[in-house]
Amino acid sequence: MSDEPKTPGSPSCPTPLPAKDRVLLGHGSGGRLSAELIREVFLPAFQNPALARLDDQAVVAVNGMRLAFTTDSFVVKPLFFPGGDIGSLAVHGTVNDLAMGGAQPLFLSVAFILEEGLPIETLQRVVASLHRAASQCGVEIVTGDTKVVERGSGDELFINTSGVGVVPEGLCLSADQARPGDRVLLSGSIGEHGIAVMAQREGLEFESAVESDSAPLHTLVAAMLEVDRERRPIHCLRDPTRGGLSSALNEIAAQSRVGITIEERAVPVREEVKGACELLGLDPLYVANEGKLVAFVEPDAAEPVLAAMRAHPLGRRAQIIGTVTQSNPATVSMRTALGTTRIVDMLSGDQLPRIC
Amino acid sequence: MKYIDEYRDERIARALIGEISRRVTRPWVLMEICGGQTHTLMRYGIDEMLPAKIELVHGPGCPVCVTPLESIDKALQIASRPEVIFASYGDMLRVPGSHTDLLHVKAMGADVRVVYSPLEALKIARAHPERRVVFFGIGFETTAPANAMAVWQAKQEGLENFSMLVSLVLVPPAIRLLLSSVGNRVQGFIAPGHVCTVMGYWQYEALSREFRVPMVVGGFEPIDLLEAISMLISQLESGRAEVENQYARSVSREGNRPAQQMMERVFEVCDRKWRGIGPVAQSGLRLRPEFAAYDAERVFEVTEAGAAEPNECLSAQVLLGVKKPTDCPAFGHGCTPESPLGAPMVSSEGACAAYYRYRRQAVGTCEVPR
Repeated sequence: MSDEPKTPGSPSCPTPLPAKDRVLLGHGSGGRLSAELIREVFLPAFQNPALARLDDQAVVAVNGMRLAFTTDSFVVKPLFFPGGDIGSLAVHGTVNDLAMGGAQPLFLSVAFILEEGLPIETLQRVVASLHRAASQCGVEIVTGDTKVVERGSGDELFINTSGVGVVPEGLCLSADQARPGDRVLLSGSIGEHGIAVMAQREGLEFESAVESDSAPLHTLVAAMLEVDRERRPIHCLRDPTRGGLSSALNEIAAQSRVGITIEERAVPVREEVKGACELLGLDPLYVANEGKLVAFVEPDAAEPVLAAMRAHPLGRRAQIIGTVTQSNPATVSMRTALGTTRIVDMLSGDQLPRIC
Repeated sequence: MKYIDEYRDERIARALIGEISRRVTRPWVLMEICGGQTHTLMRYGIDEMLPAKIELVHGPGCPVCVTPLESIDKALQIASRPEVIFASYGDMLRVPGSHTDLLHVKAMGADVRVVYSPLEALKIARAHPERRVVFFGIGFETTAPANAMAVWQAKQEGLENFSMLVSLVLVPPAIRLLLSSVGNRVQGFIAPGHVCTVMGYWQYEALSREFRVPMVVGGFEPIDLLEAISMLISQLESGRAEVENQYARSVSREGNRPAQQMMERVFEVCDRKWRGIGPVAQSGLRLRPEFAAYDAERVFEVTEAGAAEPNECLSAQVLLGVKKPTDCPAFGHGCTPESPLGAPMVSSEGACAAYYRYRRQAVGTCEVPR
């Protein structure tokens, strides 16, 4: 680290720093290492104002129209999991990235990277799922690409989807727009996607299998944006995917230069997810979601927006989970079940299971 | 959730804090042995709830943290071999050896896999007879029985492509070292609940008598720890020094005999080095000679690198409870979970990592509102 103290007498500890000259799995976990990669490798190369906002989508003006544009790659393993598959996920993920900018999703592209030897039947199942999900979302898949790599150079099937949508005039939702006093709203219980996939991968069986929450959020967002339309009381939306709720909140706290305080007891977590997390040594705050959002809303509009969320099938368990503060900028803290306060840090590397 | 929610109840916690505050008349220094307990104390801010007279210092019970540098260097040597599938608990992957860690070796092409149990490594060995599967058997008495079972089963099945790199450590010898060390400040111990679930707590009775120090076997939830602290304070204030059991829903005096028998059948006690602390007599387990064919050190003839750990590192003092993580000038600056300098920062169970994750006042960039 560049800020390592160079003063004489600083402790010389037994372990040298490992060189950071290779990509590690943690660089893809959506936590601190991912942020480091973006800051140190990508941003210096591609400087521009739309990118610099670091939102889930870029919003650009074309002939007076405000277009939202986003892209996402899907490498989930296994390809099929309870509650979804790589096909539906590839549609929902990109639709949600557009929706978090307040955009109406319109068109998607789909690119496949296929591994030699993949059964065509598997591909057909994934394609059918893509088609079904796109129809349900009201978006069209209008272009695509296929590449095949040698056996061993891929893992069955990877998908990239890009999407465009239109953002209503005057609407500006961004991770740097959270303001002190804003209430933090969460659309439902957390951790279901991550646990559903992990349970499949580790061969763990739970009494009642946890299903992924993978779902398109654009109609929920549209319903929320209807509240007090003229004043636009919603400042920021994020879907807490990789890295979980904690990473989404930390990113917003850092970009808006505000503090965020949440209540542990207000964050909904389903019993099965709690149980799986206890068993695997994971914290649900760091486990991925694919059908949830957090909203930062002006205090006097929090209740009406909450009511709008609860009236939508994907927001029935919505809760106000916290508040934005002026103090402690770039920090997320949590009032625990015991009434004490602690920091909720960003995920560092992969969330690896603890052993005892 | 049953057995969880009632042990995280604010009302019960406040009542216990009240009880402790009424009892305590003098300053006392207490140590929790296990890293899992340190993690709970920090996660729930329990040390902040306690009366100022009670100081908590954190023990050496993080198995990942104390795994010696030599063992990790051996693991890296073995994992780098093309014929090897190296299976490990996830936490060990980030722990730096002398030059690199398992995550980087994996990124360079080694077949390193995270498993939750050594028995999963056995499954991999059965499924890949053409490869050699090595499990990194680290941990305390908690993981030892499952490790023993894996080696035992491999021998029963005649599974020749499985072996284990054993670096197991035992808690009581470390407590003895701590209590005998000059400058020891610890006056009462929360003994490790999971270790005692396997081993029972009879071993701790001799230590308690010999050093006249109270010990309470504690669980891992906030209410468990507050109850254990309350029991320790009662003993200290009334001049008693006994072993008591707060974690009776899991722990008995004799422990889990079948698990102990499996350990005794496969392992024998040996001297072992602890990272950050140094050699501790009779504090480790190794495979008995009749299981030599499953000892990865012999199978792969790994060289003893003799990696030196400088004495001036603060992590030894942190692991022995003499210093707090925040006393270290590198804490949060040169030393973070992404770039750990010392053993207690590498695992999420380590004291420095727990402080960094939940409490970061010392870094100066953020304050925890009280």
